Amino acid sequence: MQTKISVSKAATAEAISEIKVAVKNLSVYYGKFRALAEINIAVQSNQITAIIGPSGCGKSTLLRSFNRMNDLTPNARMEGEIILDGENINASGVDVVDVRRRVGMVFQRPNPFPKSIYDNVAFGPRLYGIRRKNDLDEIVEKSLQQAALWDEVKDKLHQSGFSLSGGQQQRLCIARALAVEPEVILMDEPASALDPISTLRIEELMHDLVKDYTIIIVTHNMQQAARVSDSTAMMMIDEHRAGRLVEFNETQVIFTNPKDKRTEDYVTGRFG
Amino acid sequence: MTRFQQLIAVNEARRSRRRRVVNAAMLSLTGLLTLMALVPLFWIIGYVIYRGAPVLNVNFFTQLARPVGMHGGGVLFAIEGTVVLAVLACLFAIPPGVLAAFYAARNPNTPLGIALRFSTDVLAGVPSIVMGLFIYGLVVVPMKHFSGFAGGLALSILMLPTIIRTTEEMLKLVPHTLREGSLGLGAPEWKTNLSVAFPAAFDGIITGFLLAIARATGETAPLLFTALGNERFDIGAIIQGGIQAHQSLFSIIGRIVNQPIDSLPLTLWTYAMQPYQERIDQSWGVALVLMILVLLIEIAARLWIEARKRALQG
Repeated sequence: MQTKISVSKAATAEAISEIKVAVKNLSVYYGKFRALAEINIAVQSNQITAIIGPSGCGKSTLLRSFNRMNDLTPNARMEGEIILDGENINASGVDVVDVRRRVGMVFQRPNPFPKSIYDNVAFGPRLYGIRRKNDLDEIVEKSLQQAALWDEVKDKLHQSGFSLSGGQQQRLCIARALAVEPEVILMDEPASALDPISTLRIEELMHDLVKDYTIIIVTHNMQQAARVSDSTAMMMIDEHRAGRLVEFNETQVIFTNPKDKRTEDYVTGRFG
Repeated sequence: MTRFQQLIAVNEARRSRRRRVVNAAMLSLTGLLTLMALVPLFWIIGYVIYRGAPVLNVNFFTQLARPVGMHGGGVLFAIEGTVVLAVLACLFAIPPGVLAAFYAARNPNTPLGIALRFSTDVLAGVPSIVMGLFIYGLVVVPMKHFSGFAGGLALSILMLPTIIRTTEEMLKLVPHTLREGSLGLGAPEWKTNLSVAFPAAFDGIITGFLLAIARATGETAPLLFTALGNERFDIGAIIQGGIQAHQSLFSIIGRIVNQPIDSLPLTLWTYAMQPYQERIDQSWGVALVLMILVLLIEIAARLWIEARKRALQG
């Protein structure tokens, strides 16, 4: 595990300081309630950025801001900017569909569609008008290979996605997200519903994927954040129950030499 | 032995006997009442078979009615009419019903969504004969004649509440994460509904359709003022005549739905009212056919859903 991390760090070293997504003064409201307050984060390209913090601190809300999934919640309102490659995705006139193609998402529970494995992966490309069978075949194979699932399913592409195990289903969902060639992949506790072996496979997969993609992951699992991520954002709720950023730094710093007492308490498990 | 144990030991034997007696009595009572609830069911089925089975033969399914006094003949006209009416009712009820259900499932708290839910509940409680009367005023009077079209329309109104409510409930059961998976890929709402939510809820929705069809197929009252009944209805003759006269498919269908039409429950009702023993016997046969038809729909649906479930689970 240790060597893998250093490989990933080395691979990303040359791309360092290239900011993929910058969050500037982001606040999210549900009606009058402020769920997120004044978040500032800079996500580096080709890195894994982890968001940690206790339950209800707004980790998922923050993650869902990156591809405007909060739009789907009634009464949700965003203030501030999320700048993806220099363009504010919260600006009016931005095409949400385009944002969601560029920023893919993997959910907590595997959620394959009630379709065949092939159709699950081809769903996104078809959405964007790719119809020719040869093109689709190629995309499906490539995506499944990237998700390290191809060898297990290549002989049963037309079986239902539900026929797979939980870990395989989650990798299928990753393949489905990869099929539209996103630039950023959001992962909302992608391994929390999986057994340790499947979790390990997902983590290895993240290490492979980060060469080509920028990954932002929400996790409850401190060891996981320490194992996989390059940078870590620590969040906590303030006295008004709004989620705030406590500290954002390289993962190594967060876990070995945190600047904030609350971060130290949380990562060492002394959090009440 | 503690004081408490001594106290309860005194009455132990008596209480234990009492418990056993009460248990046996209650068990017998519930069993007896269950039997009583089942008696009417098997009585009806048994008696319909007893009276209806002797009438059934090949002619009963393949021939039209013969004039009273001539023996034999069948109820092909009623079987055809039932199928035509069911198809028409589905055509009229399913598209608006499903779309309304999508709206209600996605917008439950909007004024229109609340109005929709309230009115489907009211509609479900309206006596079926009122639907017939409504269509009589709306369609039959302006058209100046009874027709299969009017009958299908009356049955479709009867089916609407069942279709809307079951479809809505099934759509609500689709996990939110599944919809998010699709929306997260950039799929628009309509695409998410059509190619993710609808397939996920498909089995339940189809079950709702079949329940609605089974109910509509067994209805007499809405047809009294709309379809009227027609012992001479003969699809084969209409199609043959149409082809010979080089009519278009459209005008052939028009002729099928534009004339009065019969159905199994309507025939049952008409035959049972007639003072001829053979007609009365035949009405029992019709009842049996109707029962078998509804049973077949149910069984086919169950088998199909089971097969789909197995296919989905791999």
